[in-house]
This record gives sequence, C-alpha cells and structure tokens, in this order.
Amino acid sequence: MHIVVCVKQIPDPSAPAALNADLRLDRSGKVLLDEADTYGVELALQVGEAHGESRVTLISMGDATDLSGLRSALAMGADAAIIVSDPALSGADSLTTAKVLAAVTNDLQPDLVIAATESSDGYTGTMPAQLAELLSLPALTFAKAVRVTASNVSIDRQTDTGYDVVTSSLPALVTVTAGAVEPRYANFKGIMAAKSKRIDVLTLTDLGLSALAGSWAQRVVSLDDAPQRQSGATLVDDGTAAQALVDYFVSIKVL
Amino acid sequence: MSALTWWIIAEPNASGMTNATKELISEAVRQGGDVSVVTWGDTSAELVDGAGRYGARAVLQLDVSTGFVPGAPVAAAVAALCAARSPDVILLPSSYDGRDIAGHLSARLDRPVLTNVTALSVDDDVVTQHQIFGGTKIASARITSDGVALIVVRPKSFTAVEEPRDVTLERIDAAPSPVTPVVITESHLDERTGPALGDADVVVAGGRGLGGVEAFANVATLATLLGGAPAASRAIVDAGWVPYAYQVGQTGQTVKPTLYVACGISGATQHLVGMKGAQYIVAINKDAAAPIFSVADFGIVGDVNTVLPALNALVRSRTA
Ligand SMILES: Cc1cc2nc3c(=O)[nH]c(=O)nc-3n(C[C@H](O)[C@H](O)[C@H](O)COP(=O)(O)OP(=O)(O)OC[C@H]3O[C@@H](n4cnc5c(N)ncnc54)[C@H](O)[C@@H]3O)c2cc1C
Repeated sequence: MHIVVCVKQIPDPSAPAALNADLRLDRSGKVLLDEADTYGVELALQVGEAHGESRVTLISMGDATDLSGLRSALAMGADAAIIVSDPALSGADSLTTAKVLAAVTNDLQPDLVIAATESSDGYTGTMPAQLAELLSLPALTFAKAVRVTASNVSIDRQTDTGYDVVTSSLPALVTVTAGAVEPRYANFKGIMAAKSKRIDVLTLTDLGLSALAGSWAQRVVSLDDAPQRQSGATLVDDGTAAQALVDYFVSIKVL
Repeated sequence: MSALTWWIIAEPNASGMTNATKELISEAVRQGGDVSVVTWGDTSAELVDGAGRYGARAVLQLDVSTGFVPGAPVAAAVAALCAARSPDVILLPSSYDGRDIAGHLSARLDRPVLTNVTALSVDDDVVTQHQIFGGTKIASARITSDGVALIVVRPKSFTAVEEPRDVTLERIDAAPSPVTPVVITESHLDERTGPALGDADVVVAGGRGLGGVEAFANVATLATLLGGAPAASRAIVDAGWVPYAYQVGQTGQTVKPTLYVACGISGATQHLVGMKGAQYIVAINKDAAAPIFSVADFGIVGDVNTVLPALNALVRSRTA
C-alpha cells in the first residue's frame, strides 16, 4: 500500500509568534514538525505495517532551508519526503497549498492520503478538504479512530455530540485528530537512518505550476491589538474562598 | 448599490436550527443583505419558521441525503446553484461539516476561503477579522478578486436577533458530486446530562492542576449544581481524562457563557481564545502568577482540591 502523509514544518509553537512587516507569519527561526502531523505519520506507519509491502511518502510545502521537521518524521519511519519550496509561494492561501499538494499527490498515485485536521500555526483547517476535492478523493475527516482494509477505509468521525462511523472505498483521504493514535518516538536507529533518506525539493516550475505564483486572491490587510479584558479582585485562600465564591455567584445572579 | 445576496449554509438539526445558523442569519441581515438559508436533507417546518424569524427571505433545500458525510455532495450542489444564481457571500459555521463543505466548495469554485472569522464588514469587498496569537491580535483580511466570498465563522461571533420576515421554501434538485460518497453507517451519542457545552450559561472547566482524573468529579459536580456544562483544557483531554468534546480553546470549542470557572487551568493563549468572551470569569489556581488571572474577574489563589469540595458543599446546601 502506498500512503502519502501531508506534513508541515512550523515555527516552534512555544516561542512567541510574530508577523513580519508584510503581515505574514515570521518563519525565520528554527522549524519543527507540526505536532499535529505526528498522528498522521504514526497512523500511516501502522497501516503500512499491517498491510506488508508498503511505502510512506511525506509531502510538504514551505521553506526548505531547514529540513529538520521532515527529518523527524523520516526518523519515525517514513520512507521518503517531497517538499515544494518556492519563494513565489510565500503567503500562499490554503487553496493554493492544496493545488500544489494535489499536483505532487497525482504523480504518486497513493492508496491513502492522510493529513491533520488543521496545522498548529495557521489553523485554517480547510486544506485537506480542498485537496480531496481537487483529487476527486472521498474525504473521511476528523478521525478519532481509523480502520483500513485492502480496499476500504472506515473511521470514527468526531461529531458535536459523539461520533459517526463512516466508510468509503480506497483511494481516499483521511484527516486525523490528536489522540487518534499514540505517535512513536524516533529511536537512535531511526534518527541515523533518516539522515540518508531521500528528500526531494521541488519548485513550481518542476511541477509545471508556475502560473500559481502569487495567484491567490486573499490578503491580510492590517493587524491590530485586540481589546484586553480587565482583571478583577483576587483572594488568597485562607479557608474563606468557598464562601467568597458563593457570594460572588449570588452577586452575578448565577445562584 | 443593490443589496448583496448572502447564503447561510445551515446544517440539518434535530431541534430545527443550530445557534450558529441563527447567528449567521442575523449578521447577514445586519449587513443589509438579501438572505437565504441553504440546507439539505428533510427540511423541518421548524427550520423554515426559524429562518424567517431571524430574517431570511428563503430556504433553499437541496435534495442531498443525510446518509453521507456532507462535504463533497453538498459542495457540489451549492457550487451548481452558485453558477445559476451568483450569490455574493456564503457564510458557513465553523463546525465539522461546515469546515468540510467550505473546503470542498472552495476547490470546486476555485475561490479562496477565509476561516476562523470573528467579525466582518462590507465596503467594496468583504473584510473579515480573525483573532490570532491567542486572541491578543486581530488580523483583517480581504478577498481581492471578483466572485463569491466564502467565509467560515467561529461560533458565538455574532448575536442572534429576531427580525421576522415572510419566508419561502424552495426544493432544489442537487447536482451530483463526482466524488465517491462517504457513507455514515452508525451514529454514537456521548453520554451527557445538562446543557450542551456551546449553549450552557455556566461552564466549569478543569485543567491539569486537578492532579488526576478523579478530581474532575468536583468540576462536573459544580457544573451540575449551577445548571451548567463541564469542560476541559487540552492538557487533560490529551491525557485521556475526558473526551475531546469537552475541550475549550483554539482547537476545541468557543464558549461564551455568563460565567466561566477555570479550575487548575494555567491560561495558555490557546485556551483563552476559546473562553475570553465569557461575561464573568472566575479562576482558581495555586500559582498567583498564572496567566488565567489576567482575564479573571474574580481570582482565588488556592488549591482546587480544597476549594472545590468546600464550594460544592456550600452550593449544595443553598440549593437543597
Ligand atoms: C497549536 C496548539 C493548539 C492548542 N489548542 C488548545 C486548546 O484548544 N485548548 C487548550 O486548553 N489548550 C490548547 N493548547 C495547549 C495549551 O498551550 C496548554 O498547554 C494547555 O491549555 C494547558 O492546559 P492546563 O492549563 O490544564 O495545564 P497547565 O498549563 O499544566 O496548567 C496547570 C495549572 O494548574 C495549576 N495548579 C497545579 N496544581 C494545582 C492545584 N492543586 N490547585 C490549583 N491550581 C493548581 C498550575 O499552577 C497551572 O497554572 C494548544 C497548544 C497548541 C500548541
């Protein structure tokens, strides 16, 4: 089985985020594999292991100066990676990203495409559905659990009130929520092996997509401070906190 | 300039209409739009009445089965209808199905989609606002080419206001999707008593500071005593103490209750963005420097596992 996993290298989420003068996210620092993508990588490896003779290819779009995020996913056990990196894609929207990844996926003809429900830096949350539509693949989204047979995929799909079991034939695209699987830690052998695994860096020209450069029709036009909430009184508990809270609840009429 | 045509994508719902649908209709009416609700499945009389009550002029019912995941088939039907009727703006709720439909529709129509929108205004274009960096900054965005604007709105961004109008129901033969359908074979409901998290007037949320899953019972008890819903930070959802449906924040639910009680929650920006809109915020945390206190109207510096049991006992004795 050939499994493609969409992954993204993102700025360290624990470092303070900032926008550049052009109102785009500052991506100049160190990059990491988006933690949200580790679930997809793990799922792909598990499905591959269960089906013998399998291959897991990572696909990505973004700056390729630092490839340590992709290496982390290769160290978990993925076989190879392809990253589309082109200055002309700087600031691209989710639809453009989907078009680029669709072109890459089309060349690979996978049985299964896996993505996170959303990235942790931009969290637009629409790219996977756009990709599925461009590829005419059924989209099984927001998976809490995934079962794959040789010809079918079935997931537990998160809903507001619980979950639905939903099914389609392969090839298909699945998006996974955090916690769907337990991502493995790369071991020393994996980390060493990842150093020699193949990472192809492609440009828009390589994909025959030069026309996409700067073609997206949405722009961030301004950035302002959000109104801040004022904080109120605090009480250091000396045994009176419970009564003080009851009085407060009464004063705001919830009791 | 004549009124813009706004379509609101409305999920079929057992109680007729989701709160998100009401909020989106109201905002479109407030913007002076000519508003239609677009839905699928068996449209209930409650939905049609509700659409009119909040100011929509028409309900367009697509004959798409609710037995499929709606993303692709609903998007195909809406895209075909767009070609025939050229709406100016389509608003979708930031729900699971809303996000799916938006993605499929964007690709089918080759139009950009703006998501996580919390406010909007109309000049020559639609200008959307997005809370970023945990809600500390607001980015404004604009769609820069002609064509329908696809906008996915965070829940509770707008207030629903009744604005009754005569409403018509039109049934529409849906254009089929070329994509293999995803069939829904089973539906499971999580056990939950009391109001749904998104609708609750009081939300009591627990975090890692509870120390363990057993202590979540104190959170759930206070929620029940106050007629509210229990909720959680991502830390304890990831730890498996409570289901994902409890999660409040950037990657969970947005809530806007009268009262939000944060118990043993540090107040990470990704959590704050989901609850900062509460009218009153109470925080209980043993660390006086915890960021949650910066948004709290009333803060208790103390141990949740002492304060909550005492509080529950007092509240119980009052309500008994
Ligand atoms: C991309 C991304 C998305 C995210 N999305 C979300 C989201 O949607 N929602 C969300 O909640 N988080 C989200 N997070 C995670 C977020 O950054 C925090 O890690 C998380 O909110 C922390 O949860 P917590 O406050 O329960 O735990 P902690 O940060 O560990 O805080 C525990 C708090 O409990 C206090 N405490 C400890 N013991 C006691 C005691 N006995 N009595 C009283 N207080 C005590 C401590 O002082 C501390 O302040 C996201 C993170 C990322 C990177």
